[in-house]
Amino acid sequence: MPEQTLFQPLTWSDLLVMAPELALGAWFVLLVVLELLLPRKASPSWIGGLTLTGLLGAFVLVLLRMIESHGEVISLLGDSYRIDDFASLLKLVFLAATALIVLLGLGTVQQDGVIADKGEYFYLLLPAVIGAMTMASSQNLVTLYIGLELLSITSYVLVGLRRKSSLSAEAAFKYVVTGGISSAFILFGMSYLYGVTGSVQLAGINAALPGALEQYEALVYAGFLMMIVGFAIKIAAAPFHAWSLDVYQGSPTPIAAFLAVVSKGAALAVVFRLMFATALFANSDRTAVSGVSDELFFIVLLVAAASMLYGTLAALRQLNVKRLLALSGVANAGYFLVPIGIAFTVGHLNNISEFLFYLIAYLLMTIGAFAVHTAVSRAAGHDEMKGYAGMYYRSPWTAIAMILFVLSLAGLPVSAGFFGKLFILLGAERAQAYWIVVIMVLSSVISYYFYFGLIRQMFMRSSNGLSPGADSLDFDAEEGYPSRTPGSPSPLALKEAEAGQIETAAAAEQASTEAAEPEAGASPSAPVSGLADGVIRIPWPTGIVIGVCALLTLGLGIMPGPLMELIQQVFSFPLPSH
Amino acid sequence: MSGLGQIPILSIILLSPLLGLAVIQLLPRQRASWLKIAAVAATMVPLALTLWLYADYDRQQGAASYSETYNWVQAPLKMNVGGDWFFSFQYEVGLDGLSLPLLLLTAIVTSTAALAAVHVKKRWKSFFSWFLLLEFGMIGAFIARDVFLFFIFFEITLVAMYFLIGVWGYYNRERAADRFLIYNGIGSAIMLIAFIMLVNTAGFHIVETAMNPQYIYSGSYADILRNLSDPGAYVNLPAESAGGNPFALGETKQWAIFILLLVAFGIKLPVFPFHSWMLKVHQEAPPAVVMIHSGILLKLGAYGLMRFGLFLFPDQAREWASVLAILGVINLLYGAILAFRQQEFKLVLAYSSISHMGIVLIGLAAFNEIGMQGALFQLISHGLISALLFLIVGSLYERTGTTELPQLGGLARSMPFISGVLLAAGLASLGLPGLSGFVGEFLSLLGLFESMRWVTAIAVIGIILTAVYVLRSVLKITFGQQREELSAIRDARFIEALPMVVLLACIVLLGCYPSVLTDTMQLSVGGYMDLLLATRAGG
Repeated sequence: MPEQTLFQPLTWSDLLVMAPELALGAWFVLLVVLELLLPRKASPSWIGGLTLTGLLGAFVLVLLRMIESHGEVISLLGDSYRIDDFASLLKLVFLAATALIVLLGLGTVQQDGVIADKGEYFYLLLPAVIGAMTMASSQNLVTLYIGLELLSITSYVLVGLRRKSSLSAEAAFKYVVTGGISSAFILFGMSYLYGVTGSVQLAGINAALPGALEQYEALVYAGFLMMIVGFAIKIAAAPFHAWSLDVYQGSPTPIAAFLAVVSKGAALAVVFRLMFATALFANSDRTAVSGVSDELFFIVLLVAAASMLYGTLAALRQLNVKRLLALSGVANAGYFLVPIGIAFTVGHLNNISEFLFYLIAYLLMTIGAFAVHTAVSRAAGHDEMKGYAGMYYRSPWTAIAMILFVLSLAGLPVSAGFFGKLFILLGAERAQAYWIVVIMVLSSVISYYFYFGLIRQMFMRSSNGLSPGADSLDFDAEEGYPSRTPGSPSPLALKEAEAGQIETAAAAEQASTEAAEPEAGASPSAPVSGLADGVIRIPWPTGIVIGVCALLTLGLGIMPGPLMELIQQVFSFPLPSH
Repeated sequence: MSGLGQIPILSIILLSPLLGLAVIQLLPRQRASWLKIAAVAATMVPLALTLWLYADYDRQQGAASYSETYNWVQAPLKMNVGGDWFFSFQYEVGLDGLSLPLLLLTAIVTSTAALAAVHVKKRWKSFFSWFLLLEFGMIGAFIARDVFLFFIFFEITLVAMYFLIGVWGYYNRERAADRFLIYNGIGSAIMLIAFIMLVNTAGFHIVETAMNPQYIYSGSYADILRNLSDPGAYVNLPAESAGGNPFALGETKQWAIFILLLVAFGIKLPVFPFHSWMLKVHQEAPPAVVMIHSGILLKLGAYGLMRFGLFLFPDQAREWASVLAILGVINLLYGAILAFRQQEFKLVLAYSSISHMGIVLIGLAAFNEIGMQGALFQLISHGLISALLFLIVGSLYERTGTTELPQLGGLARSMPFISGVLLAAGLASLGLPGLSGFVGEFLSLLGLFESMRWVTAIAVIGIILTAVYVLRSVLKITFGQQREELSAIRDARFIEALPMVVLLACIVLLGCYPSVLTDTMQLSVGGYMDLLLATRAGG
């Protein structure tokens, strides 16, 4: 086996190829300095706006690179950094997602009294996204690990930005510890792989594995299993997901969205590349070693199945929306692992476009749902599902957008999520993995119950903001329906009145608990003003995020074809060569 | 050549409720009367167009005349075999003797239900928005000719119904809506698995073009049907042939798909062990919505069973004819016996629906032309009758505040018109000759009698039970002792009487002159029987 030299010098032309990452890095340094110079009061929105500009600039650079290279693969630094269309598409997705999250941050950060360092909130997203981009491009275990740590360490900081909130501190601490454990597993697994194959290059590992298997079969298994476990923690796949609930709950909502979309997406992309570039080593000549490959992919499928089932079942009784979205992220990690775990088979090589399409659908619906949640939780002053009560009256357009996100998350038409799941299902069926098809469909159906729980709150419950007198015939009074003639109250009216009283009681109880234990450090004026008029105020940046996500979710739900074609056209993921 | 063949009439019918939906969005939400008028007008458009279509339907030309196809999703696939690979889902709508009567039923029942929605007391704007979306979904499901298009329309009805039950229903509305969602969700999930298996095997075909051959996984119903009935298609070649054939649909898989479809549509129909959700819906949903649910959505289950279960897998269906017949008889008897025991009129009607859906299964199980016609006729007839009955339930509840049988009585004195219509609807439901219920029951049982005499003999007991429970509850409501507080109630207003008269007129028309319907159905049913009798691979 020819051993390549690991360290090749970086040339000027290489710098041009890596322009998006490098430019973002420079932009980050610039913003750090700039924050010191800007007056403290004005700086957050300026820094936010400049971060957004930087992200959009990088987006354009990646796009230009893609158009220029035209499907050609560029390898840098001794094939340790690889720019192919798989990586470029992922980078576009990460950059777009981060841009949406920055917009979301612009809509929320000013009102968040707990966050002291509002500038960091934005510019720290830059190194995080550089980490994610590096992960997408890495073709070498070392590069991969560097990208991973860059992303992880900055996210630890971002999660803990609400320093004075105990929930946030707890979240940050948990995230650091579990993140550290996961990195340890990954590194440990990598060291085994390096030990038995003598290479850190993915291609080198792939070439050396069949030989290594003869001597060190157990070590190969151990290495891959460690890495699968480590990455399963990163993508919050069951049974390694427990941290995600607390972390999502404790972190600022836009950051939770970042973890749910970019961190998860980047780790999934690495799993994708790792599994297909190294573990898929004996597919061309199905010799004895192919068993190992099949078993490794089967383990990925097992993790997928566990995530889907656990994520949906645990969410059934979850009333905190952020924790609910975290569990939804667990289930979705399972859906993402399906196109990875079914591997390439004779009749099915379509995994990448299934994966990417669902990633884009997931981006839209998850960021959309988190965006709605930022507005709702601010109006309500808490993260519970009750905060959505009567939202249809308070903010009908947002409620309608939320229906779209919920339908998409549940995989119901007409939404992007439906086609995302449909393509994955079609692929899994063609790969003859019927059991995973059944589990996927089953978990989708179970998930209807809790996703529709949000709809139940938004459309079928009275909101806390209504005046007490209106509660007995809550909906009717709202729209000016003349109340029943007093002489002949029908039993229905009585029953409704009863129901109304129960709801009022619940609302009062909730209000009293809120008054008793206000969320640590929350500025008292914000939630109260949201409650008083009942209308949920949507800041314009949040409005843009919700609008863009809703329109695209609907658009992809009606016309998924063009995006699918686009993904297929720019398709240059390397198949393992033999 | 018919005049309507020139314009995309089906798409216009399909989109007209959406147009109404858009108009409603522009109206102010407090103006109940404007919203109601707009909604009724919006349902009149598809009704008028469908009636025109029905009159115009060229019975000699059959399905071909109104087909519209548009390439909707053409997703390329990565494949290591040369040529272009695609998933191809079509926006394809079409008509045949099976769809057209159901389409007309949808239009009629939706219009009358829109009129019946005068009883809706709150949130009119969103009520009518979901209502029109529901109509869009139903029309789409009946005319869609692509499995995934069908699935999407089917799911649209699911979501719209969830809102209509959950927001505007009675006291336990949310629980009813949840149960509806979960049961039907499971049903449609099973259907989706079956469709995916179908598309990946039977949907596959190769189109030779000038450049590259195109390998297409198609969701088109016509492609699937053609491939399944063509012994030379990939789907019917053995799996081991020529280096492996991933498109083979062996005996086992065919059975698996057939049974999946049977369960999926059995939940919707509903077949006996899967019926509990629909009782809740009948009990809790507002009357206008139950009219649609009982009148059309249950028929969607039967339609799906016929279109995808029976038409695509006739051999399997014929082998399981006795199973279908027995399920039908169980439905018939179970529904009838439990209907007799109920004190709540809405539940009597719910069990009566189960019972009447049993007759549909019996007609399908006969596997001859008469039985098939009977089943279809029963679908239409029951759609009209149950819509009429729930229309009356809505008016009754509005006046008396209850639908419990012990609380009612002697209403014929204070509201003779409604009571008269109720009696007529009851008589139609129990199968009095001259009304539409008779024709459906008679044809179904006659068809089954040719193939399974003993089963038919048992089924006839159900007819007697039907008469008993219908008369028991109808007479209890109209005659007998009247409670004092009910003496002051008034008879139907014009706005209530109009839909009653329309529905009753349809019932009488079908009862006295059934060939209005049977002639249209003839073509499809006849064609299907030819298909059954023709030699098929493995058949």
